Amino acid sequence: MTNSTIAAISTAQGMGGIGVIRISGENALTIADKVFVAVSSKKLSDAKGYTAHFGAVYYENEKIDECIATVFKAPFSYTGENVVELSCHGGTYITKTVLRAVLDNGAIPAGAGEFTKRAFLNGKLDLTEAEAVMDIISAKSSAAAKSALSVHEGALSKSINEVKDDLVNRAAHLCAWADYPEEDIPEIEFSALKDALDIAKSRLSALLENYDKGKAIREGIDTVIVGRPNVGKSTLMNLITGYDKSIVTDIAGTTRDIVEETAVIKDITLHLSDTAGIRDADNAIEKIGVDKAKHRLSTAELIIAVFDSSSPLNDDDISILNEIKGSTCIAVINKDDLKTKLDIEKIKEVTENIVFMSAKTKTGIKEFEDILDKVVGTADFDSSSAVLSNERQRSLAKSAYVALLDAISALSLGMTYDAVTVSLEDAISFLCELTGERVTETVVDNVFHSFCVGK
Amino acid sequence: MSTYFAGNYDVAVIGAGHAGIEAALAAARLGCKTAIFTINMDAVGNCPCNPSIGGTAKGHLVREIDALGGEMGKTADECFLQMRMLNLGKGPAVHSLRAQIDRRKYQDVMKHKLELCDNLDLRQAEITDIEKNDDGSWTLTTRMFAQFMAKTVIVATGTYLGGKIFIGEVSFESGPDGVFPATFLGDSLRNLGIPTRRFKTGTPARVKRSTIDLDKLEIQEGDTPPVPFSYDTESLGDNKVVCHISYTNEDTKKIILDNIHRSPLYGGKIEGVGPRYCPSLEDKIVRFEHKERHQLFIEPCGLDTEEMYLQGMSSSLPEEVQLQFYHTIPGLENALIMRPAYAIEYDCIDPTSMNATLEFRDFEGLYGAGQFNGSSGYEEAAAQGLIAGINAAHKVQGKEPFVLDRASSYIGTLIDDLITKGANEPYRMMTSRSEYRLILRQDNADIRLTPLGYKLGLISEERWSRFNEKQRLIEEELYRVKNTTIPASEKLNEILVSRETSAVDGGIRLFELLKRPQLNYKVLKEVDTTRPTLPDAIFEQVEIAIKYDGYIKKQLAQVEQMRKLEVKKLPLDTDYKTLSGLRLEAQEKLNKIRPSNIGQASRISGVSPADISVLLIWLAKKSHEKPQTEENTDV
Repeated sequence: MTNSTIAAISTAQGMGGIGVIRISGENALTIADKVFVAVSSKKLSDAKGYTAHFGAVYYENEKIDECIATVFKAPFSYTGENVVELSCHGGTYITKTVLRAVLDNGAIPAGAGEFTKRAFLNGKLDLTEAEAVMDIISAKSSAAAKSALSVHEGALSKSINEVKDDLVNRAAHLCAWADYPEEDIPEIEFSALKDALDIAKSRLSALLENYDKGKAIREGIDTVIVGRPNVGKSTLMNLITGYDKSIVTDIAGTTRDIVEETAVIKDITLHLSDTAGIRDADNAIEKIGVDKAKHRLSTAELIIAVFDSSSPLNDDDISILNEIKGSTCIAVINKDDLKTKLDIEKIKEVTENIVFMSAKTKTGIKEFEDILDKVVGTADFDSSSAVLSNERQRSLAKSAYVALLDAISALSLGMTYDAVTVSLEDAISFLCELTGERVTETVVDNVFHSFCVGK
Repeated sequence: MSTYFAGNYDVAVIGAGHAGIEAALAAARLGCKTAIFTINMDAVGNCPCNPSIGGTAKGHLVREIDALGGEMGKTADECFLQMRMLNLGKGPAVHSLRAQIDRRKYQDVMKHKLELCDNLDLRQAEITDIEKNDDGSWTLTTRMFAQFMAKTVIVATGTYLGGKIFIGEVSFESGPDGVFPATFLGDSLRNLGIPTRRFKTGTPARVKRSTIDLDKLEIQEGDTPPVPFSYDTESLGDNKVVCHISYTNEDTKKIILDNIHRSPLYGGKIEGVGPRYCPSLEDKIVRFEHKERHQLFIEPCGLDTEEMYLQGMSSSLPEEVQLQFYHTIPGLENALIMRPAYAIEYDCIDPTSMNATLEFRDFEGLYGAGQFNGSSGYEEAAAQGLIAGINAAHKVQGKEPFVLDRASSYIGTLIDDLITKGANEPYRMMTSRSEYRLILRQDNADIRLTPLGYKLGLISEERWSRFNEKQRLIEEELYRVKNTTIPASEKLNEILVSRETSAVDGGIRLFELLKRPQLNYKVLKEVDTTRPTLPDAIFEQVEIAIKYDGYIKKQLAQVEQMRKLEVKKLPLDTDYKTLSGLRLEAQEKLNKIRPSNIGQASRISGVSPADISVLLIWLAKKSHEKPQTEENTDV
């Protein structure tokens, strides 16, 4: 649709200190307001054009990153529409999470060349550029078609088709039941319909979750390294990031007291944050650092806690153990040649995932990799299972899921089936968009295939 | 033989079936000098298949035709034998009205209306040839070599064009009911450069009432009170007949399977494509072999005839086989077949060669409607006839085309489907075909279309003021319901609990109560003490508006999106091969369908969103180049 609000990451994918998510369309400002909170607590929809606002971006009530939002008001923007550009830290993980937050709040993923297309349609580009834009679109769409083709044979299309086919069968039954009231079409059973919709719902929800699991492979795991000062965190960091020479991003630690790096260990991407360390802080400034670190611990997907084997656990170690209790974590015991003085049992009470490593002899890396594999769950992650492969697919699956929730809610409320059917068909149409079909034909074809109707 | 000049007309309609009738009446009422040609004066407005008008989705079409000032609904009301509102309890979107009608009376009434209509000449003549004149008008030649000149022509030939009947091994050239077919016009059209193809349909036998053992059959009664189609009909009186229901069985199945090789369809004699939704009994039995029985309805054809129609039992098997299998059905053991079942094959065109006005894109002034366009059904035909008639008249009078979009009506959906997707089989309307069906209901057809009908000039002032009065009452009642608080009371909570919805502690607005799916006007009567006396239709509109508010709003938002694309017009003479950004498949499809706007283009299978983007850019570029082009000012 030409008048919807679109969004995309508009900086190059991957590396880069800054990542920009651009939102364009009538609702750009109100959508941005749902994900961005300015320090001044001023709403972007109240802001003037050509202004920049410092604040933070949130996804599902969690802060993703600090961010600068730049507001452009129609027609004074690149596309000629309302535009918000969210500039945050670079790297695929942060930018994609911000994009997803934006998409979940009402924007749709921008198509190939769509910003430029809109710019042109709104008279922002001159004529000679038109042909170039058309070429870009057709080139990109054929590339997209190729990738869509590969989806066709994959587990994803199988899984989507299973859900879709089942919903189509239900919709066709509802249609046959409504369009042929005097044929002996089986009655619609409320509980059977409800069950079918619930099953489809949970399958879609699993698919969306699986996207997050698949994300672990594609986009990385938010990982925090924690340990008292001088315990060997940087040694470990070097050991991990040096592995396979795969450091990707390096953001200066000054803004947040947390150093971030990205490392790929076999297929698993780790976004590493080295915290300031957790201990009883003596002064106010240090306390801020410690609070931040504690906050990072609570939001991290994976914690790597580092201990020194050459000394017994001290108070700082104990407080770290208390902090990480119940989290997904790996305890790394930095073992020099020195004699072990550490009480391993105390650590075992918190986690079973314990690796002994030695930076000097470079031992323990293999063990770390195995444990990581086990902890992240990728060891038994079946690469042939269905994974949504990009944000566009996820966005469609999510829309289908939401439409399905509407259908279930209409059904549960006791609305008549025509209201249920309309939402059900919306869900099918989003799934059809994923597989490239059209909904009415699909349902009508199924009516005649499955039911003996007609005078 | 030499020809003779027989007259001049603005609009000439070929065929006086359901499509032709609406086309001719609309054109004449809009002030055009109109001729309607029928091959047989006794076949005007014939219902050669079921003796009923309406049904699921078709009932919507009849109401829409009526709302625009068409005739079908009114005549069905005048000739009704039994009315049933189908799908009650399944939701307002799928409620559909159906009338059993007196078939002969329907013909007489319609014929008389044509005869009485100003500006309209009803003539018996077979048109054998149509030719385009140099001045853009058309010459029509009859079998008797009369020649008529007409500014516009509407072809509504139904199953007459190249009609051929099949009954088992027997086949002969014929129109429906043994009336002779139109054997020359097909060649004339093909010579003009309009390709035709063969479609097929069929009808069951008619049996003699006194030979049916009705006593042992299940009865189907009409509604009490019966509801009319037309907004002009005040009341109908009582239902006049009942229908009966019976079922086939294993014996029926055996006879059909034993003789299936004698079916012209399975023997390969019929080349035409039949509709999936109107299968013959042998089709049903072959395709759904595990189904133990098939249902049939026994419907009277009229009050002055003993002929009974066997709905669901159409067949093209030999007459003797028909007799055998009909006799296996309970109640029909001794049935006398008055007319055998038959299949009929006929010529029709590819509707993707037409505009939304039902004018052939490549033949200015030539229109088509009904089965000729690849549809099926009386109501589908009448709907197209009405639109073709209005547009032919507008063309003559130099007025803007009249086009209904998908979001406005089932009529618009029907025509958009035909011209955009084409028809691979005779096209039947179904509620499932409308993505906007929660707003395109049969109960609000007048609200949706009567203002348009009035603007066209097909709605009388008297009806227009009645319409406005109804709208006013709806507004007032809606206002009352939103602003009325029902105090908490034992009585209220008793009602709420009995309807399995939650009780209230304090007062609650009537509006909130009506929103609950478990409640309706009827059950709240006792506690709604300020309720005025209003027609049921008013309460119905208010209740639907409240109960389905969320869903209606959602659909309206979708409509708004759709319409934004619909106003972006594409020039009809575009050669899409020259647009390099389009994919090859899209170029071919667009060149074939030649959509009139971006919205229609987006519904063509094989045209992707990226192709649409390319079209939008191309359109914008064009309008930059030629800022005066009115077609593109909205881009």
